[in-house]
This record gives sequence, structure tokens and C-alpha cells, in this order.
Amino acid sequence: MPHKVGIVATGQTKHTAKRTDINLRELITEAVTRALDDAGLRMSDIDAVMLGNMEPFEGFMLPELWSVEGWGGLGKPAMKFNTGGTVGTSTAIAAYYFAASGIYDTILAVGFEKQSEGHTQTAITTVGDPLWERTMMAGAIGNFAVMASTYVHESGVTEEHAAKIAVKSRRNACNNEYAHLQMPNLTVEEVLASPYLAYPVRRLDFCPQSDGACALVLATEAKAKKLAPQPAWIKAVATAHEQQYMGDSPRRLADMRSQRAASQRVYKACGISDPVRDLDVAEIYEVATYAELAMYENLGFCAPGQSGKLIDHGVTTMSGQLPVNPSGGVLATNCIGATAMIRVAEAALQIMGKAGKRQVPGAKLALATGYGGNAWTDALILGRE
Amino acid sequence: MSEKTKNPPAGKKDEGLRVPWLLSVEYQYAAGQFATRFFQELRDNGRIWGVRCPGCQRVYIPPRPVCGICAGKTGEWVEVGDEGVIVGCTVVNVPFIDPMTGEQRPVPYGFAIIRLDGASTALYHFLEETDPKKLGVGKRVKAVFRPERKGTLLDIKHFRLLD
Repeated sequence: MPHKVGIVATGQTKHTAKRTDINLRELITEAVTRALDDAGLRMSDIDAVMLGNMEPFEGFMLPELWSVEGWGGLGKPAMKFNTGGTVGTSTAIAAYYFAASGIYDTILAVGFEKQSEGHTQTAITTVGDPLWERTMMAGAIGNFAVMASTYVHESGVTEEHAAKIAVKSRRNACNNEYAHLQMPNLTVEEVLASPYLAYPVRRLDFCPQSDGACALVLATEAKAKKLAPQPAWIKAVATAHEQQYMGDSPRRLADMRSQRAASQRVYKACGISDPVRDLDVAEIYEVATYAELAMYENLGFCAPGQSGKLIDHGVTTMSGQLPVNPSGGVLATNCIGATAMIRVAEAALQIMGKAGKRQVPGAKLALATGYGGNAWTDALILGRE
Repeated sequence: MSEKTKNPPAGKKDEGLRVPWLLSVEYQYAAGQFATRFFQELRDNGRIWGVRCPGCQRVYIPPRPVCGICAGKTGEWVEVGDEGVIVGCTVVNVPFIDPMTGEQRPVPYGFAIIRLDGASTALYHFLEETDPKKLGVGKRVKAVFRPERKGTLLDIKHFRLLD
């Protein structure tokens, strides 16, 4: 039996387009210091450190070595994870494995990225196979646009549905002091007036590029109860991978095999049969509005073809039955190595009752997901019990 | 005491010094045995081949040694058509550096995910058409081959809409 593990503290930087005032190491220090302060701990209390970052973005080989004093890990057991969009959840899940196995009691997990320092879309293109894919795909944008066109065709979602998601995210972000794109007055009309980056994806349908870091402190049961009045207990974790080439699963958004597999696994582990009813809040990894709509289906929030209705009826807004991304989500902030960990941190804040203006009252059960690389999915369920 | 212990003056807030670094590196990737055979056939005979999994009968393009779903070896080579159907498509408007050349690719350009007749998986490729209103999921397309071929996927210049 795995040991019970809880998230006891979180730390985030104020995510923004360019942190030119500090370097990557200093950015990491900001998030780590905030997480340690939140837990009332010092680095000497931390048994091991898990790090998440995507090296091609900043062009640092071994950023964990270069930044070791930034995360305070000199001489400590440490590992780095590098799994694309899922890196932040992979890193959090790895920290969970080490604690749940009883190897370490108190673990620091850190995700970080400074998108402003490199060339994001060129680096993302190297996800593609050089013989078969890189020549065509225009980074994440072109790739997502192709997938979105299939989903639009099959589901009947409209540009207005997508625009409503864009508005929801950027308005929710105004309640999150760490979010990058905060647009309190954004309207559906403005989203629909923004130019196509790649049809059918408009500029305001897509996530920004951000600089930011996120840190979590995880602890086994006895420690966790001492460190936090209400830890966010990790109830279940799952990770599921896709096949190698984009065209192996050509209906990728319409038929997200990895997302269905990972979410069904964590739901089953927690006895969740109707996620909209059973979950109180979800923080999901959606890099585009159309991805969020497709994920509603693939995470079991609605029947196939019904995702547009879900947003039309406001089910996933702050006042709806299942608020999705009270933080503003990836559409408001994308510092890739940190992004999926931010989903976990935000879900944890909801469970701990520390989400401030974006708190979903009485949240007891939360879903956090990571998505990316080549359509891989991570999923975690956090709860009060 | 000649040693100076005073702190240097603090810079103005947000006055971050930035240091440029330009990376220009050429990589050389081995195509592997399956892709080599595929691209030789494309170059020499203008024909497109996949491999069939003897377990699930899927015909894979790109051809590969192992079927991920059956976790078993693939078997016979199967020729597929030079026509197919659009599974997903876009017209890219965003300025973009082509990592294969280091140059900015002219926009707009059309690209699609295309399932060739006889294949189970689909292929990324360029579209001749750049008007999104004329494109669409389910439309049929045909490969336009270059007269001089070099053994790369761009031996197919792009796909042209049929009818």
C-alpha cells in the first residue's frame, strides 16, 4: 500500500511575458522561497527535490546543475523531468511516487521556464519527427489548428463557443494574482475580431508565452498534518502516452486516447462516476480554446458533441456546477515547465481553501491535468480526505 | 584595509542586462531502415508504401518496425494510393521560422493531416490551396510529385484538392 501523501504548500512567481529583471535561477528561487515560507520550512527540512523544465526553450543543457543554488539542492537527492507539456505534472507525480513509496518524507517539486529567453515555436517544432513532420508543423499553433479543424467538424462547436472559453479564462485570471493575461473586459466580439493565427485558431484562442516558476511541498501523512491545517491529499495519479507520430491518432483532439485513459483511471480509483457531479473544481491543461472544449468530452464532463452546450449553459464558469480553471488556466499563463505544476498547485489551493478570490466555496475534490509532448496526458485527483 | 566592503550601487528596477546568444547547429539524423526504403521508392518510382501489422491489420505510414498497439513486429509492405482524404487542415498565417532551413516560411500556407487510400494512419503535408473556405475535413486530395526527387517527403510538392 502506498503511503498517504499531501501537498502542504505552494509557491508561484507572478507570471508574465518577460522577466528581464531576473535570470532563470533567480526566478526559481522566488517560487521555491514562497513555497518554503508557505510551509514554514527551510531547505534543510527537505529530503529530496524533483525538477521540471524543457531544455530546448532556454538552451541550457542541465539547467538543474546551473540553477542548483536557486533551488537549494546542493548535495540533496534530486531528479529532473523533461516531458513536454506534461513536465509539471510528471514532476509532481514523481515527487508523489517518492513520498508514497516511503523513500522520502518531505519533497520539494519545482517547475520553471523562461519562454522569453529562447524561441518557443521553433523549439516546439523539434517535437516533430525531422523526416515526417517538422517541415509542415508551425510549432504548437499549426499543430493545434489542424487538430481543432477535425474537432470542429465532428462536434459542431462554433467560433462563438471557443470565444466564450477565451473570455472565461482571461476573466477568471483577474482573480489570480499570479496569472499572466488578465483581461477583465474581454468580450466574445473581441475574440472573434482577433486575427487567425492558423485557421480556425485565432490569436485570442491561443495561450500566451510566459516566464514563470511554480513549487510544491509534498509530505507523507504525519508530516503533512503537522505542516498544514488542511493538506491537499493526493488521491490518485495517472499518466498515459500516445503513439509516436501525429498522424497515428489523426483525430487527436476529437479522440484523445491518452486523456480518456488517464482520466478514467483516476476516476475509477476515486469512485467518480459522474465527474461534473462528483468533482468540485478542475484545473486542466488547455493550450487553446478548442482544446478545452474537446477536453470536456474526453474528461467525461459531457457527451460527445455537447461541449458547446456546456459553456453555453455556464456549467464550467465560476458560478457553474464544475468550475474549470478558476486560475485562468493555460490560456492565461503558459510557462511550459511550470504550467502543468501550476494546475496541481491551483487545485491544491482550492482544496486547502487558500485560493483567495478564485476560491470555489467548499471544494473537496479537484482534478488537475497535464497535456502535451505528443498528446500525452497526466491526471491527478486531490481531496480533503 | 584596501578591500572594499561596500555594495555596488543597485541598478534601477527592471534594468535587466540581457546577453544574446545565437545558436546555429546542423544535425544529421539517420532515417532508419524503414524510412530509407520508403524514401527510395518515393524518389525512384514515385510510389508510396506503408507496412501492415499482422496482428491488427493496420497499414502504417510512416512505416516502422513495431506496431505500438499490438506491441509486435510489423510485416509486409503495402502500396497505398497517392490520393486520400483530409482528416484535419489549416492555413498558417503566423510568421514562423522553418527549423529545417532557419528561414522564415512564406505565409499563408496550407497544411493538412491526410489519410491516403489504403493507409490506416495519416500523414502531415502541405496543401496547394490557402483559402480556408475552400478547404475542409473530408475533402479528397491528390499528391503532386516533383519532377526531380531527392528522397525526402518534399518529393511530394503538396496535395491538390480534387473536384
